Amino acid sequence: MSAATISAPPAGRSAEGRIGLRANLRHIGALVRRNALQIKQDPESMFDALLMPVIFTLLFVYVFGGAISGKGNQHEYVNYVVPGLMAMMGMNIAQAVGSGINDDFKKGVMDRFRTMPIARSSVLIAKIVVEIGRMLLATSILLGMGFALGLTIHTSVLHLLAAVLLALVFGASLMWIFILLGLTMKTAQAVQGIGMLVLMPLQFGSSIFAPTSTMPGWLEAFTKANPLSNLADASRALINGGAVAHSVWITLAWTVGITAVTAPLAVAKFRNKSA
Amino acid sequence: MTSIKQTSGGGNAVEVRGLVKHYGPTKALDGVDLDVRQGTVLGVLGPNGAGKTTLVRVLSTLIRPDAGSARVAGYDVLTQPRQLRRVIGLTGQYASVDEKLSGRENLYMIGRLLDLSRKDAKGRADEMLERFSLTDAAKRPAGQYSGGMRRRLDLAASMIGRPSVLYLDEPTTGLDPRTRNEVWEEVQRMVADGATVLLTTQYMEEAEQLADELTVFDRGRVIAEGRVEELKAKVGGRTLQIRPAARGDLRAMADTLSRSGLDGVGGAVVDEAEGLVNVAIISDEQLTAIVGLLGERSFRIAGISTHLPSLDEVFLAITGQKASAPADDDTASGTPSGSASDETLEEVAA
Ligand SMILES: Nc1ncnc2c1ncn2[C@@H]1O[C@H](COP(=O)(O)OP(=O)(O)O)[C@@H](O)[C@H]1O
Ligand SMILES: [Mg+2]
Repeated sequence: MSAATISAPPAGRSAEGRIGLRANLRHIGALVRRNALQIKQDPESMFDALLMPVIFTLLFVYVFGGAISGKGNQHEYVNYVVPGLMAMMGMNIAQAVGSGINDDFKKGVMDRFRTMPIARSSVLIAKIVVEIGRMLLATSILLGMGFALGLTIHTSVLHLLAAVLLALVFGASLMWIFILLGLTMKTAQAVQGIGMLVLMPLQFGSSIFAPTSTMPGWLEAFTKANPLSNLADASRALINGGAVAHSVWITLAWTVGITAVTAPLAVAKFRNKSA
Repeated sequence: MTSIKQTSGGGNAVEVRGLVKHYGPTKALDGVDLDVRQGTVLGVLGPNGAGKTTLVRVLSTLIRPDAGSARVAGYDVLTQPRQLRRVIGLTGQYASVDEKLSGRENLYMIGRLLDLSRKDAKGRADEMLERFSLTDAAKRPAGQYSGGMRRRLDLAASMIGRPSVLYLDEPTTGLDPRTRNEVWEEVQRMVADGATVLLTTQYMEEAEQLADELTVFDRGRVIAEGRVEELKAKVGGRTLQIRPAARGDLRAMADTLSRSGLDGVGGAVVDEAEGLVNVAIISDEQLTAIVGLLGERSFRIAGISTHLPSLDEVFLAITGQKASAPADDDTASGTPSGSASDETLEEVAA
């Protein structure tokens, strides 16, 4: 009986089995394709990204807009709320990632991925790439709705793009939190339940919908510390003009901080998950 | 780049030593030792809950054992999981394909994850679809496949990377006989191509068809091992079932056989309900002699079949007791874990 002979590892693989950057990108690409094909097969899964921005803009501009900016002055509120909604959209989509991952894990295909010579993080990163795509789509629709309702850019297109980008990177960092939740909790429903509990106070206890100056002191303190307020303030300043630096830096700090803590935890959790 | 030659002592592709995995009070693996020689098929036979899946999951780096060690193709399961994943293929007890993707997309994705070029991944996907008779269903989502098709797709997915060690966890449980035969043929083909296979099963017949050696599991322990023939001899061969053309001949036929004095043929037992005469035999010569004798005495025979001992009978022979009560398992799909395996001989009309 001859000894087992294993041929040289293919390009991009070292003898230790570490996966090179190019191979890693290729794997992420194949997994992004998988997620995209899933959407194609199940177009209804895109409804939230398509409809949420439409419903939210109409709802907030017409229900609160008059009350906050005065009847007939809804268009003023558009410029206040649409940048805020960009922040909210990211959080909503990120929240859905948690239950999605939880569901995905119940399927045998995860076992296959985990027995294949790919970096285990690539499965999670591919998911995030696709969800960022969904966020981008939702944000585009949101801005389209905003323009239709009278949104005006007081700065420049570049500023607008910067605002979109900031919302995306912050949203991506939130995804790690929800992925971690999705990998920790038993059921997708539980993930969703916890998600809502986190979501509601953060979204409404923020400067997304109304300026914080009218709130009682304790709430104002909470909203000031709330990273969603910072993000909303940052995109508002980027679109409407005003002091940008402070809120942008704070948002970026949150983004880096959240990712640095939760991404490694999520990957470790994914690696050791045996269910 | 130099090629890595991995020699595992004595040409063993899989070496397991003292493997332990407990889930609370459940001893899924309780000190398992086993070897699979390079290029052979080891059948791991055991009832539900014996620890077969746990073993496969440890050997494919999905779970870490509490104690013990295992080497696959020379790589340590605990310290070299990345290298190990390059040389193994796994067909789990539960199909591991993406249900929303088509059969072809599933295989293409696996090919890309295994670093094939786009063109090669496409070619290999089509080749495997063809080989597993899935070409017609290639574009349909795997979620719409029948159980047998899904299992075949799963096997195809495991084989895209031409693994040198393949784990098959109950590959035919719940499959109809035709699909089961297809799966067996594929496994035999892979072995002919040089793969080493560790196969778990609840069916003696499957073990006999595919395995060179057998390891019998019960409650996380190995309770018997050896070549298939050795175990069969230990268990006491097969049961020959004869169906007389006329039901009225049942008794006469049984009496004739019991008094025949044929070497090694024990008592013949009448099964009135089924209209069968059952005789325990241990060799093909006895089978021939019995059929010859019945012909001489002008009995008309409507059908003959032989049955391998059921898992229960195997356990009875090895341990003197019944297999531990099977744990609930939703994959058995109506096939009782201890049922006798089906005919190994075609029914012969007389
Ligand atoms: N993740 C788990 N958690 C708790 N118990 C488990 C787990 N996996 C397996 N077991 C238990 O370990 C035993 C062996 O299971 P398994 O390896 O699946 O057996 P088999 O594949 O032979 O049917 C069973 O009693 C089973 O209930
Ligand atoms: Mg099992």
